[in-house]
This record gives sequence, C-alpha cells and structure tokens, in this order.
Amino acid sequence: MSSTAPILSVDRLSVRLPKGADRAHAISEVSLSIAENEIVCIVGESGSGKSMMANAIMRLLPQGVSTDGGRILFGGYDLCTTSAAEMRRIRGADIAMVFQEPMTALNPLRTIGDQIGEVLDIHTDLSKAEIRSRVLTLLADVNIPDPPRAAKAYPHELSGGQRQRAMIAMALALDPKLLIADEPTTALDVTTQAQILKLIRELQQRRKTAVLFITHDFGVVAEIADRVVVMQHGVVVEHGPAAEVLRKPQHAYTQQLIAAVPPVAAPPARKLSDETILTLSGVAKTYRTGGFLGRGVRVTHAVKDVSLALPKGATLGIVGESGSGKSTLARCIIRLIDPDAGSILLNGEDWARLSRGDIRQRTQKMQMVFQDPFASLNPRRKAAELVAQGPIVHGTPRARALSEARELFALVGLDPSAADRFPHEFSGGQRQRIGLARALALKPEVLVADEPVSALDVSVQAQVLKLLTSLRERLGLSIIFITHDLRVAAQICDLVAVMKDGEVVEHGLTGQVFGSPQHPYTQALLAAIPGGDFARTAQG
Amino acid sequence: MDAVKRYFRSPAAVLGLVLLLIVVGMAISAGYFYPRDPLALAGRPLIWPFANPRFLLGTDNSGRDIAAQVFYGARISLLIGGVATLIAVTIGILVGALAGYYGGWIDNILMRITEAFQTLPNFVLLLVLVAVFGSTLATVTIAVGIVSWPAPARLTRAEFLSLRSREFVQAGRTLGMRDTQLILREILPNALPPVIVYAGVVMAVAILLESALAFLRLSDANVASWGNLIGLGRDVLRVQWYVSAIPGVAILITVLAVSLVGQGLNDALNPRLKQR
Amino acid sequence: MRILSLAGRRLAASIPTLLLILIGVFLLLQLAPGDTVDAMMAQMGGGDAATARELRRFYGLDLSVPMQLTNYLWRLVRLDLGFSAIYGKPVATVILERLPPTLLLMTSALSFAFFFGLVFGVIAARGVNRWPDTLISTVGLIFYATPSFWFGLMAIVVFSIYLQWLPAGGFEDIGAVSTGLWRVLDVASHLVLPSLTLGLIFLAIYLRIMRASMLEVLNLDFVRTARAKGLDETRIITRHVLRNALLPMVTLIGLQAGTMLGGSVVVETVFSLPGLGRLAYESVVQRDLNTLLGIVFVSALLVILVNFITDLLYARLDPRISAES
Repeated sequence: MSSTAPILSVDRLSVRLPKGADRAHAISEVSLSIAENEIVCIVGESGSGKSMMANAIMRLLPQGVSTDGGRILFGGYDLCTTSAAEMRRIRGADIAMVFQEPMTALNPLRTIGDQIGEVLDIHTDLSKAEIRSRVLTLLADVNIPDPPRAAKAYPHELSGGQRQRAMIAMALALDPKLLIADEPTTALDVTTQAQILKLIRELQQRRKTAVLFITHDFGVVAEIADRVVVMQHGVVVEHGPAAEVLRKPQHAYTQQLIAAVPPVAAPPARKLSDETILTLSGVAKTYRTGGFLGRGVRVTHAVKDVSLALPKGATLGIVGESGSGKSTLARCIIRLIDPDAGSILLNGEDWARLSRGDIRQRTQKMQMVFQDPFASLNPRRKAAELVAQGPIVHGTPRARALSEARELFALVGLDPSAADRFPHEFSGGQRQRIGLARALALKPEVLVADEPVSALDVSVQAQVLKLLTSLRERLGLSIIFITHDLRVAAQICDLVAVMKDGEVVEHGLTGQVFGSPQHPYTQALLAAIPGGDFARTAQG
Repeated sequence: MDAVKRYFRSPAAVLGLVLLLIVVGMAISAGYFYPRDPLALAGRPLIWPFANPRFLLGTDNSGRDIAAQVFYGARISLLIGGVATLIAVTIGILVGALAGYYGGWIDNILMRITEAFQTLPNFVLLLVLVAVFGSTLATVTIAVGIVSWPAPARLTRAEFLSLRSREFVQAGRTLGMRDTQLILREILPNALPPVIVYAGVVMAVAILLESALAFLRLSDANVASWGNLIGLGRDVLRVQWYVSAIPGVAILITVLAVSLVGQGLNDALNPRLKQR
Repeated sequence: MRILSLAGRRLAASIPTLLLILIGVFLLLQLAPGDTVDAMMAQMGGGDAATARELRRFYGLDLSVPMQLTNYLWRLVRLDLGFSAIYGKPVATVILERLPPTLLLMTSALSFAFFFGLVFGVIAARGVNRWPDTLISTVGLIFYATPSFWFGLMAIVVFSIYLQWLPAGGFEDIGAVSTGLWRVLDVASHLVLPSLTLGLIFLAIYLRIMRASMLEVLNLDFVRTARAKGLDETRIITRHVLRNALLPMVTLIGLQAGTMLGGSVVVETVFSLPGLGRLAYESVVQRDLNTLLGIVFVSALLVILVNFITDLLYARLDPRISAES
C-alpha cells in the first residue's frame, strides 16, 4: 500500500434520481479516495448506490440521473464539470471499466480483437499492424489460450470467463491509472470467479493500477481489497482498511453483511431418520438439439445416471456450477421434465413412470420453490389467490382455500393483510415467501427448492434460509435443495451431492464432503470460494 | 387506472381517440343526417364541393351526394374493419396458443400453414377468395379476416412460447393444473394485452385492404363505401379530382385514428420504454 | 459456405410450404363458379355443349379433382403452367412477359423505402422526443395511414395533370421508338410515381422499426462499454449501433415481401403498368383461373426467393447465425 497522493478523490458527491424514484438521491455526500496501486472495494446490496458511484465517475449516468453537488477529482480535472470531449479522452485511456455481464457488454457482431483494438485506434496513432500485435500481447497478458484465435472470435464463441478476460484486456489496453470493476465476477461460476479475481490482482500488482472494485460479496472483499467502503441507501456507513473492517466491523449493517457470509463449515450434523422418503436410481436425461434429416444432431447428456436417497425430514443439497445438470435433475424429480431412464421412488411409487394425469393427482406430495421471485408469480393474481391456487385445483372450496392462505401468510412471516396485494407490490424476499407459502399450501411431504435464495440480497438470503430451516422442523418437511452456492448449502443441508457435467461426483454428509472432500472437483470448488481463508480463520 | 392516466397524457393518443369518435359518430348519425339511400340519384352530377349548400361535398359522376356516401362509408369501413379484425384475431389467438403451448408437431404443422399464408401475398389471396366466393359484404369481410390472421397468430405464439417456460407457469403445473387451466387462466391473460394492442394494426390494414378491393370494383358495389367512390372518381380524375380526393381523406383519417389509438394503448399498457 | 448451406436448408424447408399453397389454392379454385372452358366459350361467343365436353376432355377437366391436381403438379415440375384461354398463350409465357415491370417496381420501391426508412429512423432515434423525432414520426404515421391507390391517384393529379412533370401511366412511351440510355430514362420516369406510391407505406414501416430498433440497441450494455472506451456518439452509432439495429430491418424485408407484391396489384392498376399484379387483377375480372393459379405459384416463388436472399444477408450481418448450425 502506498501513501502517495490519491489518484482519484470523490468529495461529498451526490447523485440525484429522477422524480418518482423511491428516493431523491441515489448517493448523497459520499467521499472516498483511491491511491496508486491500491484496491478499494465498495460493498453494498442492491439499491445501495454502489453502481451509481461507478457510473458517476465515468459520467455514464442513465438518462434523467445527474450529479447534484460534490466533486470528482482526477488528474487535475473535476470530472463533474470537465468538457465532454475531455471526458471522452479520459474514458478508456486514463479510467477504464469492466462490467458485470461480459456477454452483453461486448458487441455480438464484432470480433474480440476488433473491439480491443478499437480502444487503441481511437486513443493512439498506432498503425493497424501495431494495433494487431498489441491486441495479441494483451490477450496473452490476460491468459487467454491461443490469442490469435481468440482475437478472431466473436463473443458468443468464447466462454463466460474468457469473455471477461477479454473485457479486462480491453480495459487495460492503455495502462489506465484507474480501473473500475463493477461486479465483474458476479455473473461467473465460482471456479471462474476465483481465476478472474486472481488475474485482476496479478495485473494490478504488476502495473500498479488503482482499482475501484464494486461488489456485494464480503467474500470477494476478503479476497482482494486493501480498503473497504460499505454503502447502504446511498450513504457510506463504514470505511477503513479491509483487514480491520472484516475483523472488527463497527456499523450494525456491516456486521450483518459479514454475518451473511458464514463459514463453509457445516453446523453439527443432525440425527437423520433411517426411513428414506425419496429414492433416485439411475435417473438420466438427454437432449437432442438441432439436426435436420439426421444431420448435425447435438446430444447433451444433461443428467447421467444419478442415484441418491433422501431420508425423511432431511435436507439433501445438490450443488454444482451452471451447466452441471442440477436444475434439470430437480425438474426431472418433480416431473416438469420427463426423465429418459431411471426411477424416482416416492412412498414406493415410481414418479418416473407415472402418467401425466397421475402426476397431477399426486402433486400435493411433492412441491417446488422456484429461483426467480419475479418470474415465479403470475403478475395478474393477488397474493392470496396465488397461495390458494393449489388447494383449489385439488378440490378445496375457494373460500376455505383463501382463508387458509391467510393463515399460511403468518406461517411464512408475511402480514396477512398483504394477501390482497399483487406480486409487484412485494420485495424479492417477500415474493419468495409467497412462493414458499404456495408450495406449502398443499402440505407436501417433499419440497424441491431450485436455487430459492440466489436471486436475493445476502441479508435477505439469511432470513429466508432461517425460515426454511424452522419450517422443516415444524412441518417435518424433507427437502431437495439445489444451489450453486456452497456457503448456502453448508448452512442448511444435512447431505450434499456435488454435480459436474450431469454426474454426481461425490455425495455424503455435508460435514464430511466439505470437511474432507475426496473428489478433485469438490476440492477445487471449495478452494475457489472467495474469502475462504478469511471465513475459516475468522470463525476459528 | 394508471394505464388510463398514461393514455390521456399522450396528445397523439388523445387525438387518435377524438378522430375515432368522430368517425364512429359519422357512422351512427348517417341515417339521421342523410335518411335517403346514399346511392340514390340526388342532383346534378359533378357539382363541386361548397358550390351548392344542399351538397356540401358535391356530387359524383352519377349525381349522388358525396357527403352522404362518406357518412355511410364510415359504417362500411368500421363494420368490415371491426368484424374482419375479430375474425383474424380469433383465429390468430387459437392457432398461436395451440402452436406456442404444445410445440412439437402441432407447432410444426400450424406454423407451416401460417407460413404458407404469409408466403402467398395477402392481396393475391384476397383476389382468389373474391374470385371464388364473389363480392358480397359478408364474403369480403370474411376474406379480409382470413388473409389477416397469420400476424396475430405469430405474435400469440411468441408470447406463449416465452410464457410457457416462465416459472409461474411451471409452478402452476407443479400445483397440478391441467393444460386447459394453464392456457386459459395462467398464460392467456398475460399473453393477451400485446395481441389486443396489435389488433389496432390488423384493423388499420383490414380497412386499407377492403378499400383497395372496392377501388378495384371487386367489393360489394351495392353499398356506399369509400373505396367504391374513389374508384368511381378515377374516371373523372383529370378535372373533378375531388370525387376521389374526399373519400381518400376519410380513409386516411380513419386508419390514422385506429393506428394512433393502438399505439396509445401500447404505450399505456407497456410503460417499459418510457420508464427507461 | 456454412451460411449458404444454412440458407439452402431454409430454402428446402419452404418446398412443403409451396406445395401447401398450390394444393390449397388449386382446391379453392375448384369451388369457383365456371372453369377455363366456360371462360373460353364466353371468349368465343358461346358454343354448344358437345364442343364444351370435347374441350373439357382435351384439357383433362373431366377427370376427378385429385387426378387433375396430380396432373397439374406433374406439369408444374416440368415448368408447364397450363394454357391461358383468354390470352391464347401458355400461362408461363404470359407471366414471363409481365414479370420485368413488377420486378423493377418492387426493387425500386424497396430500395426507396429501405434507404429513407433507415436514414429517417436514425435521425428520429438520435433526436428522440425532440422535434425532428416528432415530425418524422408524425409524417410516418400519415404515410402509413394513406391508401396507396389514393396516393397514386393524387400524385397523378399533381405531377402528371397539373405540373406535367411525369407520365401518368404505362411502362414506356409507346410512340417514341427509343433505344439505349433514352429507353432506360424513359422507363425510369414512368417508374418514379409507382415506386413512390408502393414504397410509401413501407417507408413508414421501416422508419418506425428502425427508430425502435435503434432505441433498443442504444440501451444495450455494449453501447455503454463503447462509451466507457471513450468513443464519441457518431462512432458509437456507426461502429456499434447501426449494424445491430439493422438486423430487424433485414428480417422485415423477408416478412413484407408478400405484402409488397400484393400492393403492386393495386399500384400497377392505378398506373396501368403491364406487370404481374395487373395481370392478377385482369385474370380475376376475366375469370382466367389458370393464369391466376400460375400467378399464385410465381408470386409464392418470388417471396421465397426474397426470403432466401434476406437469409443470406442476415447471416452475413450476424455471425451468431452460422454458428448455430
């Protein structure tokens, strides 16, 4: 860490939102500074104003949003007032930015090399040949395999991680003094995330770049930050050196955020029932896509020969990265998708072989909670109707179903008076509670939860998980819990199964699998958790 | 309620509504202002507009009152446009819903048929239908409806395709709902608004199609329609161009009104673009 | 090569569609009152029943409908569209004679509509919700609501009758025997008003789609990336937005090909152009069903051809397409 003069200093900056927004200012009177060779993390949940901060510095605020007092000092300019032409000269050359979603942040119709070269083209006088060779060097710097091929590739031809590497190469093309990274790893799988974090750290150290890193994840903070700025509702609530804030958080909100990133170690194992309620054996699902007259058929083995058992009253976690087949497996279990092979025994009945009509009659036994709290509720129905739907379908009189729905509201921690509101009037966490109430209304024995908390802010995640745990105890539920997040799995699951490329590579008691992983892939997953060391030492 | 407020905030949408109300008013009041048959001989042929107070908009080649024909023409245009749109949208929703929801071979067959209808130029098909079934008011209306359904069908199908995989529909399925319940109660209410808004476009095109047919003297010659009058005026275009000009303005205003109302509804119901 | 094979496969997939159209329209025409022989007899000024029977046998009209259909399709494979009783020539010959004016008209109307739709769409999107946008959008809406035949008539009144700048109809001056460049200019002057008339509604559609598509693309993440790189607005438009915004426009050409061909029926009638559209109108009026069926076949082929070309164009513009195969 250096004690030189700051490269960027933000002085009591405010950003005004357009009329009709939920508050007047996205950020109010925020001050912060970054020195050379320093990584500063801005941490906060959605709505904290952390992304507005990045956009304000780049002067890329959305329409209708504008700075409202304060200064942003950089290289002798106040970025709030400098001319548009000057600002364009600074962008890309002196301050560069990496965005969250590398797929949409790249132009789909132009090659990677072309898009990286464009930065050099507009800010320098280099010849075409020089630009081409610089692009290859840059791609090699960010460890993309086979740079000449990658330069000729279009964004859709690269993997998510490679795309983000290309974005980083683009950002670092002109050795900017300041790099702003806006949640650059949030859209990536955990193993890829670890690689990208390592890359940013290495490049930053080599080039002594100042980095402003925006994230919602204290694990990432522990991994990468020199200093931390914690934001809530547009205000800085706490700031200081990373180690200090992580160990001795002063503000209640910071403490809450850190508590929401618990250790990966599982809580003490519960006694599991000997009785098995759900048994999967040899479940498989294969997709055939494309192909015309038998040519070019692509076969994807989404789920391969999965066999698992769920004891009564237990929670079985199925963890894996995107594309591991965990969601397909969940949908096979509940028969939203028809499996190709294998059996799914629930109370001695094989769900894999039941007809659609038979499944319809048995849906009370097994219910599902979905990932996206916004997409999983019909926007045209009131909350009570949504919850009462299931019982009504199964023959409960409407009036009774609606009154029972109100009781369920209390059970999942919602105000029963909210029953007459439409889904869009609820927050994400509340919507997920409605989804849970809808599933519970049929009094199921087994609940299949597909990433039920991954779309929620971390502090809300913790609340929903707590609710799920208490409901499991009270109602004697058995749960299949799908998640990509090992921390979440460790908190709630008695058993875990790790999936990769459609196969279960390892399964067993959560404590065993996470405590002494046997399969190399499980080991890699655990090692990739950001801030893993911090979590282990801090709690130990 | 928000949607109504948003609708009336747009001057273009309000203008469209006013114009549409005027046209509807003309259609309703035609019998009151012009109790006589609009196609009956009324006076000297080819009187210029405003030349004779009895014939405000003048008379055509055979001495019939142009104003009366314009008023009665509003009835025909709205009737044919409205009923044809109803036919087109009904077929479209039916085909689109089945294709989009079930997918697979049902989708394949229905989309092949839709494609066939779209590959054949709609006006040529209209000519074929009129050649086969004749040109009465009813056949022309049905024919216009039949050539207009593919676009709403595609739109409905696209909506169904995207809604079908939405989590709330899957949730309905895990609750034990039947296909008909899922289609009618979960998907359709969410798929309908864009299709209804699109009906404005269908109606505008339907009115234009019918008037073109009438202009070519292939529509019902026994009713007063704007297209008929324009076709008639073509014979005296060199000097008495007003015979064609006046009903053309009526078509323009009607189609404009329908489009403006449709667009206004679209903006009011999908405020997404405005919010950004 | 991959692009070509992809578009070729789409082309092959349209064969069933073509077949469906032919069978459908053939069966439909069986319901029509009167057949070709009736039309011929009327042309000849009547005749006895024996002659009619003889003629029906000669043309295979005494066979069952499925047999007739099979015969028709089999002749079609050999590009034989049958014989037109009205014109006294093979239908294929009649259609080929009428094809060039229609192709010229469609090409010029499409180019006019596409080019100006693109330009005005970009201008409107750049000044969204300011006066250039309001003006362009309003004029576009009025164009959209204008019946093309009426616009054609009014254009004749203004430009041919009053100003006498352009000819009121026809494909070329029959009196003047001109060759080479003069003939080209003559034909061009005859095509100005028809192209404007036919293109007007499509100009309105293209401009609206281009505007919406520009606004949509301007909101995408990669435009923000381009801004973050330091690009100025002009370069953002030319290098990043335009090509992406063009994709829906190209799709639209294919979708609208049929509508445009249908529109040429009316426009060719207004301007007395001896094209395919006018032929369609004439064959309906004269009940020349053989020719009508031939026109249905050729116009479907034309639409499929246009779609094939737009497929190729789309695949050139969007690298993601060829990757999917």
